[in-house]
Amino acid sequence: MWTPTLAEAEILLLSLKVAAVSVVFSLPCGLLVAWFLARRRFPGRTALDALVHLPLILPPVVVGYLLLLFLGRNGIVGAWLYEVFGITIAFTWKGAAIASAVMGFPLMVRAIRLSLEGVDRGFESAARTLGAGPVRVFMTVTLPLILPGVLSGTILAFARSLGEFGATIAFVSNIPGETRTLPLALFTAIQSASGDATAARLVVISVVLALVTLIASEVMARRITVRFGA
Amino acid sequence: MITVDIHRRIGDFTLKAAFSTQSGVTVLFGRSGAGKSMLVDTLAGLVKPDGGRIIVGDRILFDSEQGINLPPERRRLGYVFQNARLFPHLTVRRNLTYGMHRIPEDERRHGFDDIVSLLDISALLNRRPGQLSGGEKQRIAIGRALLASPKLLLMDEPLAALDEPLRNEIIPFIEDLRDSLKVPIVYVSHSVDEVLRLADTLVLISEGSVTACGPVETVMNDMALWPVAGGFEVGTVIAARVTGQDKVFGLTDLSFSGHRLRVPGLGVHIGSQLRLRVRARDVALALNRPTNISVLNVIEGKVSQIRDTGEPQVDVLVDIGVPLISRITRKSMHDLGLAPGRKVFAMIKAVAIDRNSIGHGGPVL
Repeated sequence: MWTPTLAEAEILLLSLKVAAVSVVFSLPCGLLVAWFLARRRFPGRTALDALVHLPLILPPVVVGYLLLLFLGRNGIVGAWLYEVFGITIAFTWKGAAIASAVMGFPLMVRAIRLSLEGVDRGFESAARTLGAGPVRVFMTVTLPLILPGVLSGTILAFARSLGEFGATIAFVSNIPGETRTLPLALFTAIQSASGDATAARLVVISVVLALVTLIASEVMARRITVRFGA
Repeated sequence: MITVDIHRRIGDFTLKAAFSTQSGVTVLFGRSGAGKSMLVDTLAGLVKPDGGRIIVGDRILFDSEQGINLPPERRRLGYVFQNARLFPHLTVRRNLTYGMHRIPEDERRHGFDDIVSLLDISALLNRRPGQLSGGEKQRIAIGRALLASPKLLLMDEPLAALDEPLRNEIIPFIEDLRDSLKVPIVYVSHSVDEVLRLADTLVLISEGSVTACGPVETVMNDMALWPVAGGFEVGTVIAARVTGQDKVFGLTDLSFSGHRLRVPGLGVHIGSQLRLRVRARDVALALNRPTNISVLNVIEGKVSQIRDTGEPQVDVLVDIGVPLISRITRKSMHDLGLAPGRKVFAMIKAVAIDRNSIGHGGPVL
């Protein structure tokens, strides 16, 4: 049986941690932004839409560099965070999570927004007439109905996060044990003269991880469909 | 007691509705596109009118002058939609209890088990809406609305999406709500059968405005309103009392204004009151009392009015104590020399009256 070495396990766990944290924290924002884009007409809606999609179009390195400008120790927000809370984001795994979240955000918002636009508003009206206020309607009717979209958005963002490279390396660099996720480790291995074997093993881990993610999402999607009794 | 006086403009369509009705079933009747659904959505609070007021019982739901506009969740109105709108992610049981759980226990007017047995849905409780037929869905939608203990039940063409047999399956349940639960109902329809069977008060809506509002007999027998109402076939609505059953031939005797009307057996109790509709084309006229004919009902009367629009057929209003309309050809009118004041015998075939022409009764004249 082929088992990962300790170093490989550390890389894998770091990758999973960064991806999970990025998804968990971007999900509520993703829901909120998707809801505003799908349901509200407000000034600046187009601008918000463009801003959300920006990471999809910009070179990832540009996004990483912009993050560094804002959140780095000398950045506008980063300096304030350090002075007030003593928090450092740049060159830490938290920064890697933020970079991943930003890069995966457009994918998540798109999926959720699409499913929100597909929800029959009639169900929401019906719930209102049954005595549920807007928040309760969202929690008990809208959210369950868009669950497939939320799930696929989350999986997409999670997968994007596992593969994130450019923004991460620009923002938090390639620090072993702290920000060296799978793609960065693979990059390092390829760069070194004797890294072929290491690279091959990391590739296998990446492929297995991708397959597991894919299967898990399929299983969950099927469960939801069964629940709807379609 | 419901008082509505609202107006709303969208593009070049104006909804301007004012009416008030007592409890019982109020049917909003009109062609599609007349604004009925928008009116009901306005009552429910799903659509905000430009101005006016809506009062149900002693509660003001909307009053633009006082700045009152209760959100739908605080109006306590049940709403049964045309397409049921059951929550697809919840079981039938959880659909039913969705609104009930938001009502304090001491304010719940109907028990869960009572409603389930009334609507005959106990076998469906663990299913999901995707596994139900149209009629089952609609029954559950009714139950869901009732269990939220509404002060008023709104029903927007709840039978429109169903075919004839299913309709006949659901109507008795709605009759039951009206008669046994005493829930006031505002019911949108463009079907005369439904008006006849369910309505106490009829509100006629045409192009966004209320053109008539009153007891079913009064509004439906008003010749002037037929062109506005559209859709319903010309006929007369008569309030009658059940006076006898002919067991041998399976007929039911009805009486009204001193006349006897025999119709195919109805399975209703003697003494009960009902309302029946006689289509104008099912009434023939003769100058002398005909003999040796198959028609069971021959009633003497006097022509009071003739509506001749130049078409091949005319509508003759015959006074038989109550108004009765007969649609005959203009040729027959000429041949018989019919004119207001003329004595005639109206003939109504018993078999022309079927279950769909009979509704629950108002007071017999």
